[in-house]
Parts: sequence; C-alpha cells; structure tokens
Amino acid sequence: MVGKTIKKWWPIFVVPTLAAFIIGFLWPFIWGIYLSFCKFTTVQDVTFVGFSNYQKILLDNTFSHAFWLTVAFAFISSILINVLAFAIALALTKGFKGTNAFRTVFFMPNLIGGIVLGYIWQTLLNGLLSKWGQPLLALSAKNGFIGMLILLCWQQIGYMMIIYVAGLNNVSPDLIEAAQIDGATSRQILFKIKLPMIMPSVTICTFLTLTNGFKMFDQNLSLTGGDPAKQSQLLALNIYDTFYARSGPQWKGIGQAKAVVFFILVVAIALIQLKATSSKEVQQ
Amino acid sequence: MKMKKVTAMGMAVLMAATMIPAVPAMADDAGKVYYLNFKPEQDEDWQNLAKEYTEETGTEVTVVTAASGQYETTLQSEMAKSDAPTLFQVNGPVGLKNWKDYCYDLKDSDIYSQLTSDSYSLKDGDAVDGIAYVIESYGLIVNKTLLEKAGYTLDDIKSFDDLKKVADDIQSKKDDLGIKGAFTSAGMDGSSDWRFKTHLANLPIYYEYKEDGIDDTDAIKGTYLDNYKNVFDLYITDSTCDGSELSAKTADDSRNEFVNGEAVFYQNGSWEYSELSKTFKDDELAMIPIYFGVDDANEGLATGTENYWCVNKNASEADVKATLDFMNWCVTSEAGTKSMAEDMGFTIPFKTAEAPSNVFVKQDAEYTEAGLTPVSWNFTTMPSEEWKNTLGSALTAYAAGSGSWDDVKSAFVDNWATEKALSE
Repeated sequence: MVGKTIKKWWPIFVVPTLAAFIIGFLWPFIWGIYLSFCKFTTVQDVTFVGFSNYQKILLDNTFSHAFWLTVAFAFISSILINVLAFAIALALTKGFKGTNAFRTVFFMPNLIGGIVLGYIWQTLLNGLLSKWGQPLLALSAKNGFIGMLILLCWQQIGYMMIIYVAGLNNVSPDLIEAAQIDGATSRQILFKIKLPMIMPSVTICTFLTLTNGFKMFDQNLSLTGGDPAKQSQLLALNIYDTFYARSGPQWKGIGQAKAVVFFILVVAIALIQLKATSSKEVQQ
Repeated sequence: MKMKKVTAMGMAVLMAATMIPAVPAMADDAGKVYYLNFKPEQDEDWQNLAKEYTEETGTEVTVVTAASGQYETTLQSEMAKSDAPTLFQVNGPVGLKNWKDYCYDLKDSDIYSQLTSDSYSLKDGDAVDGIAYVIESYGLIVNKTLLEKAGYTLDDIKSFDDLKKVADDIQSKKDDLGIKGAFTSAGMDGSSDWRFKTHLANLPIYYEYKEDGIDDTDAIKGTYLDNYKNVFDLYITDSTCDGSELSAKTADDSRNEFVNGEAVFYQNGSWEYSELSKTFKDDELAMIPIYFGVDDANEGLATGTENYWCVNKNASEADVKATLDFMNWCVTSEAGTKSMAEDMGFTIPFKTAEAPSNVFVKQDAEYTEAGLTPVSWNFTTMPSEEWKNTLGSALTAYAAGSGSWDDVKSAFVDNWATEKALSE
C-alpha cells in the first residue's frame, strides 16, 4: 500500500529538491571546474587556456603558507573542539539540575553568523590585548591564530556537544551497570564502554570539525582579514583574495584553480578521516 | 494516471512562472539605462536624478549602488547577467585592465566633446574607454577655530617644517587646549587605511613620476620615501592615540574625533564636506595641502579622479544610445548639473558645470588660481589592491612598533615590481 503511494507521488517529493540541488549545487560545481581551465572576467565569456592556471597557483607565493596554516588550524581546532565538546557533554549527561539550560546556552553561539561573531570577538580580544599591552590581532600572526581558534571553539563546541549528548544518552545503562558489577572503575567505563559505543558520534563530529576548520572563511575575514601581511590568512581567504584583490583577468582563473585544488584536498582528508574513525565503530 | 497529469501540469506551471520576469524586458526596445553606481554617499541623489530623467524623457533608468568596498564583486556578477549594467565605473588604468573588453568606445559621443580637458578621459590606445565625471581633492582638513585657539593661523603653515612645528606645539599643550592630539587617529582598520596606503602614498609616487617625467612605471624607486616617513611619523606621533591602537581604529573614529573637536588636523578629501558641514560652518573649515617637504611652495591639494564612466559595449544598440543620452543629460542639462553640484557636491569636468557649494572644492580652485600646482592622482597606477594591502599591513606594523620602516620600504618598492609583473 505504502509502496504504491510512493510510486505515485515520488516526483512531488524528489523533483523540487533534485532541481534545487542541480541548479544550486551540481551545475555551478561543474561550471566552476570548467572555469578553472579558463581565463575570464565574467562567467559569460571565457577563453579556454588548459592547465596554465594550475601551473600558476604557486606564482604569488601566498598559497603554500596559507595551505600549511590551514592544515595546522584544522587539526588543532578539531582536537580542541572535540575534546572540550565531549567533556561538556559528559558533564551534562550526569543528570544534575539545570542541565537543559546549560545545553541551550552552550548551543547558542552556533546561531550567530560567522562575520558578526568575527567582529564581536575582534572588539573583545583587541580590548583584552591592549589592556595587557600585547600587539593587537592585526599585528601579530600568533595572536590572530589563537584568536581564530578561540572564536571557532566558542562557536562550534555547543553544536558538537549536542551530538555527543545524543550519543551518550544512547549508551545502554545495562552495559554500564554490568561493568560496575564487574568492578570497573569510572575511568574504565569511560574508555572501554562509553567511548567505543559513541564512535559514530565521534566520526561525524571529527568530520564536521575538520572540514569546518579547512573551509573557515568568514571568521578569518572579519577577525583578522589575513593581517599582518597574510600571516593569518587561511586557504579560503587566500582564494578569495586571488580572485578579487589582484588586477588582470588571468587571476580569476588562477583563483578558480586554487579552489579546485582546495576542494580535492578537503575531500581527500575527509575521506581518510571517515575511514579511520568508522573502522573503530562497534556494533552493540 | 490522473496524478501524473496533475504533476506534469504543476511542473509546467512552475517552469512558466520562472519565465514571466523575462517577458516585459523583451517587449521593450526603447532602450533603457542601468547604472551601477560606485559612490554609496550619493545613492539617494542618483535615484532622484534618475526619476527626474524618466519623468522628463520616458526612458527607464535604474540606479543600483554597490555596497562600500564591494564594487568589483558586484560589477562582476551583474555583468554576467542578461540585463547587465549599461553604465558602470572603473577607477583608472589598473581597474580598466579587467574591463577594457567591455568598454564602448566613447570617442564620438556627445559627452566626450563636453569634457574640459582630454586628461579626464581614460584611453586604451586610441579608444576612449572611460570618462571622468567627478573631480575630487584631498589634503589636510583643518579645524580653524581650534588652530586659532592654539595661537596659529593658516598663514603660519606653508611648508612641512611649519606643519611639524605647529603640530608638535599643539600636541605639547593638548591638555590646555582641551584636545586629544594634533592629528586625528591614523586608523589602519580597513575602513580607514586607504587614507595612508593609497592617498598619502600617492605623494611619493607623484614626486617621483614628476622628477622622472613619467606617468607610470614597472619599477618604482622610492626616491621620496623618507618624506613619506616624515609625514606618517608626524601623524602617528602627534596623534590622539597610541600607535599600537591604530590597527583597530576606524574611519568613523577618526571623523568623530574631528567632529568632536578632539583634534585639529584630519587627512581626508572633499567628499567629507557633506558630513562635516552638519557640524561646522563653512568658515570654520579649511583644507591645506599635505606638505611633503619637496616643493612645498608650489604644492596644491591632491586633485584628480578615480571615477570613470564606462559604457557596456555588449548592451543592445538602443540601450547604449539611451545610456549615452542619459550621461550627456546629467552633465549638460540644468537639472543634471544642479543635482551633481548641489546635491552630490561634485566638481564635474564638463563645460556646462555649475559651481558647487563644497568649501573644499572652492579652496582647490583658489589654490590653483594662486599658482599652486595640484598634485595629480597617481595612485590609479598602483599595481593592484594586493599591493595596497601589503603596504597597509607594513604601515600598521610600523605604527605599532612591531615592524620596521624597512618593511614598509620593501612593501613599497620591491612589491611594486612583483605586483606589476604579476598583473601582466
């Protein structure tokens, strides 16, 4: 019965979404890849130039610094966010009073857009730095980097926490009780029972934090803008700058080529990570 | 079966609906104007002027203003549309590089024949690709009341040494005068750093070009960078705040300090008049040249343009004609010239221009009449935005004490050659 209804009605559910996906994602994506082989000012008239854009990626000396900085940033931020989010999730599944209020508060930063957050944190951090007599965010690459870490942690810990909370709530109390009867310490319960049981959550959280770290753009733009002298510029902002801050039509194609390389890197790293963490998932 | 028909019909309706906006546009062959405006300050005035033109001639004029700092981005996406702007702007020879394939040759247009001087056109070979529609000046805006309170008049400042002497003296007795500093904060935030990485940086370029008798170069020598340093040092020493705080100071901070009477000198341009005249009377304000210690006796205000009108050659013939008519009307008709002079406060380089009420613009004319040479705007030849940004970062670090002047020099000289090479 249900199958018959679905057969009749599927286009209403599938076609709009599929159309939106093709128009809004798939087509621009394919077009974007094609553009990386072209020289263009507007996407209306383009000249095919083959691989020359890819050869020029390293021409302006900014790509490799941005690349390594992004790698460092993505790894440090994923570790920090996941450890802290998991710790908070553990604390908030102990069942003490006001748990829900805390969960809401921790989740809230996620609802604010990155640009706004960047400017708010810029004011806050600069105020603090000038009180300490430290160089401001735009003057010190180290402070800028730490500032971005603080900002991203603050924004994302709440979200990851919710995923961990859901995972922890699904760990069967029977298993924990059995372990306790067998004389397991709370440390053993955490590492031998809870953690293996929530590996699916860990997979999804590391995936999200890693890719978010790699893709971070708006927070970078508004918090430091890449200052000083591009020392705090991450890859996404580097691509944006290649596209818009340089004169001459050839740079649009080079920016596009960088974006394609960037895409391949993110996909490769995300796939490796997915494979690594999902192999540790256990069946109950 | 019935369901399939309904679905198919629904889809057809949906598809048809997406086509509706295209229909009226296709029926219209009278020609229309779509102007992508660069100056957010004048958005309202342009809207009014466009409305007036439509009422008078029946030609449809759409004016869209890009958000501050977003012009290139907006232009790029608008140009890719089927209803692309027919009239757009570039900021000079470097900006033209991106768009010269889209520029209609204005050689035979009416508006080109109205220009007071050929130097206000932007050429690519023989083709006239752009026409400047506004001339602006910048220099040091002075709060005359405060200057007199400190015991000086404008006549006391005729050179860089005078300026330094007066500024140092004002700075030393700022508490008695009830001010925070001689100069408003030289903010290096993105909203304000163009005053130094672009406008102030124009002076060493101007003097070098002048000495070498050129108007563009692939490798700048930096002959006058010491003078650049002297002026910038003066800005950050006799300032309302510490050099290390400048990286976070905005354009609004700087203007507010001037408006609130916390500083005497404020480097900015004639476009600030509409904002400043809300607080100050005309005789309380003056603009003096940024004395550079090279040829102070003959230096006038920095006067030029980075606003060139270009007509999209890919537009339909009717649209191009409508656009040319509109441009010509703006700078020759009574309503157009009046709006540009009074509402927008522009000096326009056309024969029929009306005198603007802007006090800084009037001063520029007085200086020129008195025999001073206006400093031309050579920053339109700066290699790229990238070059300016790098210079800005180096200046910020220098002001804060974390970077050296050598870094600024290298950002100025070495990076010029690098960026010029990269833009070819």
